[in-house]
Amino acid sequence: MNSASTRAVVVAPAGHSAPALETRSLTRRFGGLTAVNGVSIRVESGTVHAVIGPNGAGKSTLVNLLSGDLAPSHGEIILEGTDITRLGPPQRSLRGLGRSYQKTNVFLPLSVFENARLAAQSRAGSSLRFFRPVLREGAINRQADEAIEAAGLSARRDRIVATLSHGEQRQVEIAMALATAPRVLLLDEPLAGMGAEESSGIVRLLSRLRERHAILLVEHDMDAVFSLADTLTVMVNGTVLETGSPASIRASAAVQAAYLGSEDTHHD
Amino acid sequence: MTHAHASRRASAPALRFLLQVLLIAALASLPWFAEKYYVQFVARIMIMGILAMSLDLLLGYTGLVSFGHAAFYGVAAYVLAMLTPAYQAAGFWTSFPIAVIGAATSALIIGFFVVRTHGIYFIMVTLAFAQMLFFLFHDTRLAGGNDGIYIDVRPDARILGWKPFNLERYDHVYLLVLVLFVLVWLFLRVLLRSRFGHVLAGIRVNEHRMRSLGFETFRYKLACFTIAGALAGIAGYLSAVQFGVVNPEFMGWHQSAAVMMMVILGGMGTLAGPVLGAAAWMLLELGFQSLPVAGSIDLGKHWQLWMGGFIVLTALLLPSGLLGAWSSLARQVSARRGAGPQTTANPMASAGKGRPLDRQP
Ligand SMILES: Nc1ncnc2c1ncn2[C@@H]1O[C@H](COP(=O)(O)OP(=O)(O)OP(=O)(O)O)[C@@H](O)[C@H]1O
Ligand SMILES: [Mg+2]
Repeated sequence: MNSASTRAVVVAPAGHSAPALETRSLTRRFGGLTAVNGVSIRVESGTVHAVIGPNGAGKSTLVNLLSGDLAPSHGEIILEGTDITRLGPPQRSLRGLGRSYQKTNVFLPLSVFENARLAAQSRAGSSLRFFRPVLREGAINRQADEAIEAAGLSARRDRIVATLSHGEQRQVEIAMALATAPRVLLLDEPLAGMGAEESSGIVRLLSRLRERHAILLVEHDMDAVFSLADTLTVMVNGTVLETGSPASIRASAAVQAAYLGSEDTHHD
Repeated sequence: MTHAHASRRASAPALRFLLQVLLIAALASLPWFAEKYYVQFVARIMIMGILAMSLDLLLGYTGLVSFGHAAFYGVAAYVLAMLTPAYQAAGFWTSFPIAVIGAATSALIIGFFVVRTHGIYFIMVTLAFAQMLFFLFHDTRLAGGNDGIYIDVRPDARILGWKPFNLERYDHVYLLVLVLFVLVWLFLRVLLRSRFGHVLAGIRVNEHRMRSLGFETFRYKLACFTIAGALAGIAGYLSAVQFGVVNPEFMGWHQSAAVMMMVILGGMGTLAGPVLGAAAWMLLELGFQSLPVAGSIDLGKHWQLWMGGFIVLTALLLPSGLLGAWSSLARQVSARRGAGPQTTANPMASAGKGRPLDRQP
């Protein structure tokens, strides 16, 4: 557990010159394996920055480093001009960094609404409040319902999450991430396991969210990636192979060779 | 949903409320018709009920398996014993809050260390701390050592010359226990529906996700551990008042294990469960102890053996405790009567798990 006393250090003025999220030679080793190797990327506000790469490229590890689920071996993470490398997941979340998980990570025995509401409650100040029923906390309940609506789950609002289909559980992931009202959103394969209809609903949602968020999107669905991304980073074996616009990535010979050429063999 | 269905649903809470009021009224009238022995026995059940509910806040609601919960029960009992001068009474209105604060403070200090650990380590460390306290009182002359310490005169409840109740009278002790039992119940009921209660449920289900949602879970677990300790302290104080003697067994691991059994036996994650478990436990203990001598074997003397067997059987046959068995029976009966399917069918509905958080416990 990170000690609460660690202070974030402002390393750059928070003007519009600072990207929403930035990493500097971020590295994470697991024993002999370097899962993320000297990755430096910049995610600008108002854009979707997609990270693609074959299985095992280190994409999820990168997201876990950004959210604080994993500690880096070295390198820095800067959120809106502030070094957050030493902060734990709760503090990063409260600073506006939200995420979803590749492997569904929700509250299975609770209802969809309760899942979203716990997420919304985290934004409402301290929860060391012992007497007032949450049922009467109008703002929290509304925020949860808005997130459920946005994720296209209104019809499932009162269902226990464990009883939902896999695709719907993926939508719960998104609803929870939204309910925390993040400014920077890390999405680890949000579309994996979703049906075509839910999938296109989420793609539409993300293109709406883009305006006021910085989104880092890890995704294997290339149609979605190329329709959403403003910037693409291709990772292979823990390192960044190339970063650029969708057009330049599509045209890149190195990327073709390493990844895109054999794209369809990499679906989960 | 049909109209009849909706109205049945609306009337269920009203019915429950009525039943609860009747139950409390019946309990309150007990001293007027029952003998001293039974009045004291029911008081003990309620005291154990408070202790078991307080443990369930950790065990069933937050998923913290504390194996040293009796420590805080014992601390409050010792605080009263040590505040009571020889052959004189301590003041109730001072000793009671001090004892509860004493229990809460020790829970806060111990919690600060144990709440960082998870799973099996949490079980181990809570047990270790409780044993340290046990031996502190057992092996030093701090408070009578091994033999314990007597409370010669029960606390005096006088405020400005007016004495609302007299704890030298067993029926007044009983009524005080009943009042505190109801207050603890109500407190937990409110607590569980608050923001804090919902955070506890989130921690039980998926602490990792709670952290990534921005909840500093350490803080909430520590608060929960402290509150549970304070409530255990209420039970400990009442026990000391009732027995008039406090010894290290109050905080021994036998006591911790017994409360845990009560919670599991009755049904974790509910408030009625632990109370039911406490009542069942005490009745069984009484029943098994009064078994006759059969041939050369004194069945009653070996009551712990029968109790153990009973626990094993319940664990095997009723995995969600007595209350869980009761509610699934009730569900089956109402399904057979054609009450129709529940709209939000919930596979984990037994024993309160998966019940809407707004309506817990
Ligand atoms: N906790 C861990 N311990 C050891 N090795 C790990 C751990 N997490 C990931 N790895 C390894 O690091 C490498 C990168 O894994 P990662 O999950 O980041 O890949 P990915 O790009 O997300 O792949 P996918 O597309 O399959 O999700 C893999 O070789 C994986 O086995
Ligand atoms: Mg991955």
